[in-house]
Amino acid sequence: MSYIYTLLPSMLEGLTTTLEVFALTLLLSIPLGVFVALCRLSKVKVISDITQLYIWIMRGTPLLLQLIFVFFGLPIVGVNFNRFTAALIAFVFNYGAYFGEIFRCGIEAVDVGQCEAAQILGLTQAQTFMRIILPQMIKMVLPPVANEVITLVKDTSLVYVVGLGELLRAGKIASNRDASLTPLVVVAIFYLLFTAVLTKIFKNLENRYGYYR
Amino acid sequence: MDIIDKEMKKLLKVQGLNKSFKEKQVLKDISFQIKEGQIVAILGPSGAGKTTLLRCINGLELCDAGDIEIDEMFLCKEEEGKSVYASSKEKGAIRRKLGMVFQSFNLFPHRSVLENIVEAPINVLGFSKKEAEDTAMRLLKELGLEEKAKAYPYELSGGQKQRVAIARACALEPNIICFDEPTSALDPELREDVAAIIEKLAKKNMAVLIITHDMDFAKRVAERVIFMEEGQIIEDAAKEEFFNSPKGGRVQKFVLKY
Repeated sequence: MSYIYTLLPSMLEGLTTTLEVFALTLLLSIPLGVFVALCRLSKVKVISDITQLYIWIMRGTPLLLQLIFVFFGLPIVGVNFNRFTAALIAFVFNYGAYFGEIFRCGIEAVDVGQCEAAQILGLTQAQTFMRIILPQMIKMVLPPVANEVITLVKDTSLVYVVGLGELLRAGKIASNRDASLTPLVVVAIFYLLFTAVLTKIFKNLENRYGYYR
Repeated sequence: MDIIDKEMKKLLKVQGLNKSFKEKQVLKDISFQIKEGQIVAILGPSGAGKTTLLRCINGLELCDAGDIEIDEMFLCKEEEGKSVYASSKEKGAIRRKLGMVFQSFNLFPHRSVLENIVEAPINVLGFSKKEAEDTAMRLLKELGLEEKAKAYPYELSGGQKQRVAIARACALEPNIICFDEPTSALDPELREDVAAIIEKLAKKNMAVLIITHDMDFAKRVAERVIFMEEGQIIEDAAKEEFFNSPKGGRVQKFVLKY
């Protein structure tokens, strides 16, 4: 037990990085996802096509590769980011693409009659989206978004590749140093607690949106 | 009769309306007018173009040629063989004069009955919440639904949903109200209720346009029947005249079937 205590400071430091990457990615990639979904659904073909290309690239290559590209690749053409910013850029653009596709399905799943009713009532397009489509979309996309968010928790461990010390890396270092598996078990417990909290949050959200059918 | 006729304002004028989807012409030179307080049923088999006509009138589809005039404002006007539409600002004003009750009602499922009704008065007309809710409650009371104000659409029966949809349309105080297949989602016993509501609306001088293939319902509620087939108006007559001596074999066949 006392051994575990000695691990905690470095683990908590790693956890902080993990939480930062996680929270900032969500905060930025969800609005980006809404934007991507709207562009993807745009009637202007060029916009829709460019968005599809973006989605294809983001989903079609490993996130690990994208991280390497942003941090090690872009400096070649003179674009430099610090480690954290580089990691965040890769994560936000990657997750923005996934969220975009989830939101697009959510928007398309809202009955077209809802838009028509809003149009007849004289609501503007922006009002229709914000007041009628978006709330109904959120209810529908909660389960796939929960999936994506939990995947993101574990994907944060990839930031080690640009040299950031996150939770799993802290565990591995301790594991190698002490020739013990215990640090990795502790890491697993951290991840499980984290995802348990998120699962609970999403369950509450689903309940909150359960007031109508 | 003629004198009364002249006093009655023409609320809807459709002139020479044409509409094609790709190669297929679905509306061919449609012309008719509806006066205030008049209940008109558009009858016809499915595929006759009834719904497309309604969607042109309420602006959900754009017509290719012809005029649509709603309470003396042009939604579109034919110029050099093409329909030219009003600016989007004018369209908003015109649209407000026209209420619509959809076949599947299209209530907002995430909003309570009251919220469904006040949505447009507050966000489009700029009424205060209090004003809009007072009007909404008055409408619900008239329709016998006041105790459902806080309910959500999924908790309502088909007939109740329809009445909410009627209240939502009426909250904008339209001059014309359109019904798309009002009896299709209702139990037969409820038809009489809808008919009574429609008559009540007409008494308030609203023009009522009903799209239906329900002969009995048209017979019950309409004063005038327009019969459409293959995108054309085959017959446009007062109800008695229509049901007693319909012109043309096709109309007769359709009438006899029911």
